[in-house]
Amino acid sequence: MAAFLCSQFLFLKAQENNKLPGEIHGNFEMTTQFYSVDTIIGAPIVPEKVLMNGFLNLIYTKDKFTAGLRYEAYQNVLQGFDPGYAGSGIPFRYGTYSGDLLEITAGNFYEQFGSGLIFRSYEERGLGVDNAMEGMRVKAKVRPGIYLKGMIGRQRLFFAQSNGIVRGIDGEFNLNEAFEGLAEKKTKVILGSSFVSKYQADDNVTYNLPENVAAAGGRLNLIRGNFSIFSEYVYKANDPSADNNFIYKPGQAFFISTSYSTRGFGLNLSAKHIDNMSFRSDRNENINNLLISYLPALTKQHTYNLAATLYPYATQPTGEVGFQADLTYKLKKGTWYGGKYGTSVLVNYAAANGLDTTSIDDLNTTRQAYKTNILSTGDIVFFRDFNIEVTRKLSKEFKLKASYFNFIFNNDVMKLAGKPGTFYVDIAVIDLLYKFNKTHSLRTEFQNMWTKQDQGNWATFVAEYSLAPHWFFSFMDQYNYGNPVESKRLHYPIFSSGYNTGGTRIMASYGRQRAGIFCVGGVCRTVPASNGVTLSITSSF
Amino acid sequence: MKVLIFSLFIAFSFPIFAQDGGREIPSVDVKDLFGNNFNTGDIDNEGKPIIISFWATWCSPCKRELNNIAEEYVDWQEETGVKIIAVSIDDARNMQKVKPYVDGQAWDYQVLLDPNGDFKRLMNVNNVPHTFLVDGNNQIVWQHNSYSEGDEYELYDLVKKLSSGEKIDSH
Repeated sequence: MAAFLCSQFLFLKAQENNKLPGEIHGNFEMTTQFYSVDTIIGAPIVPEKVLMNGFLNLIYTKDKFTAGLRYEAYQNVLQGFDPGYAGSGIPFRYGTYSGDLLEITAGNFYEQFGSGLIFRSYEERGLGVDNAMEGMRVKAKVRPGIYLKGMIGRQRLFFAQSNGIVRGIDGEFNLNEAFEGLAEKKTKVILGSSFVSKYQADDNVTYNLPENVAAAGGRLNLIRGNFSIFSEYVYKANDPSADNNFIYKPGQAFFISTSYSTRGFGLNLSAKHIDNMSFRSDRNENINNLLISYLPALTKQHTYNLAATLYPYATQPTGEVGFQADLTYKLKKGTWYGGKYGTSVLVNYAAANGLDTTSIDDLNTTRQAYKTNILSTGDIVFFRDFNIEVTRKLSKEFKLKASYFNFIFNNDVMKLAGKPGTFYVDIAVIDLLYKFNKTHSLRTEFQNMWTKQDQGNWATFVAEYSLAPHWFFSFMDQYNYGNPVESKRLHYPIFSSGYNTGGTRIMASYGRQRAGIFCVGGVCRTVPASNGVTLSITSSF
Repeated sequence: MKVLIFSLFIAFSFPIFAQDGGREIPSVDVKDLFGNNFNTGDIDNEGKPIIISFWATWCSPCKRELNNIAEEYVDWQEETGVKIIAVSIDDARNMQKVKPYVDGQAWDYQVLLDPNGDFKRLMNVNNVPHTFLVDGNNQIVWQHNSYSEGDEYELYDLVKKLSSGEKIDSH
């Protein structure tokens, strides 16, 4: 009690001096799912009946000092997440001091060098991906235009850390900031370079493995007016791992992206070449665990249910060549083709193939396994995606969006559940939005997928009624009407409703969820079929 | 000892949570569309309101929100001087497509890139779209998660309040 009074006194004293004791903010999320038995859709039996994922972030700031922590709880972890998330704890906590010259972080942190091709430590909570570092990081602004970063630590693996240690440095040189004479020049040049290495003890009885594996990379960002180029190259020393079947061939990755854009027009062309670039801090890990390098797919990330969750492409880190073209165009308003309000047109094409390689028969000697012909593309088609989306506001009340997708999906490479072979898929979507008044609106989606392979044709219907700014009610039904097996021609209806206020969102849904793939950013997770009620609360304060 | 720690915690947390008039914009380095570093502590609109909207090229409701506001933005600026900062959380997969998309849609917003979620984390954003309203003293005074058609009218009513010098008390 004496201590309590004492601290209150101290607080009052502090207030007198007009010194606030800092600020605390955070966010919170809790998702609870009640599982019903539904053997027809193949939903796994959940003995606990109820499962929950949740977390709370707290961040304290006071002038140049920041500290934070995250409590996470999995009681037990929701279906579709890695069961490695068991129990609860505080796996993320840190303190950061930001001075004028140095910023120092001790504890856990997320970091990315360049585009992440050589190193990216990040979180995607909705997917259960979190390879946060635990260790120390220093950032320095040596002089204008020169930025340095250095870090060392171990990556997070669920509630533990990796066996391997990751360390690296990154430098960025912004020429226009560094030299006063270049500040106003039309051409902007930014150069960057990184070095990353991992250490893991040799635990293998068959092979003599390298315990230290280094990777180095460079990048260039050049901008002139409406035109820009970004390019990055990474070389990785020999890194035998479970991913590459313990071969000693070095890896490399190259990415180039060019853009040209003016008001109402945007074009992006990109290409990449990835060869034996799986890079993890534990050579025996798999799936999304302990990845050091970030190799996202060079394809458009779709949002409509049928286009996004049945056949999404994921990068093949052992080797692929990819290309993408992406066009945004706004047809002028007040013309016959643009309509009264203008029309937005998006066109996208993406292609991914295997590498062009020549096998080497050296698995008992040098273990290089193959030679890559860098200048050509392999014959095996991994993925093709052509899609177009047209959005037009027809009147004050009515908005129409029409989309078409064409995929070629090689499931012998992608190895999704379902049938082997190559799938040829067409999808059409009509999305209609009707505004009754300023705050009431109804949005409907009519989606259809045609394919002769795998599960055959699908249709999805969505209706979403919203009462801004607080409420929404939605209904979705997915129907596998073209399944070659008649007993599998099932409906997956689901109702959802939500309430938003300030930074808080409460949502409930009831119904069937189809087995599928749920992706955010460049990463995906497989979700099993389920039936039941889901409640989720997220809040930011 | 436990009592001591607990009472200290209570004593200090009350004043911490009882903040008056919002919070400051946290300070962290992100990038602008030209690859330059930009510190979010430098966000400023000379005493006029600011809207900070977190979005991504793969997020349909985010794009609906920012496209709907784009139609009204000229009027909003004329009437209140409000400035919109659209923070893209696209990572390496889509980051290079942000500028072509922004130009293609003819947005006049200040656009920032937060590819590894550093600013997003400090702003405690769970999901996009997430919109913040900042007053003339650079204090965050209001926020909203998700977007439904028509949400922009509530947002603009609040901008007008701020612009005419009224206080907003809801967080």
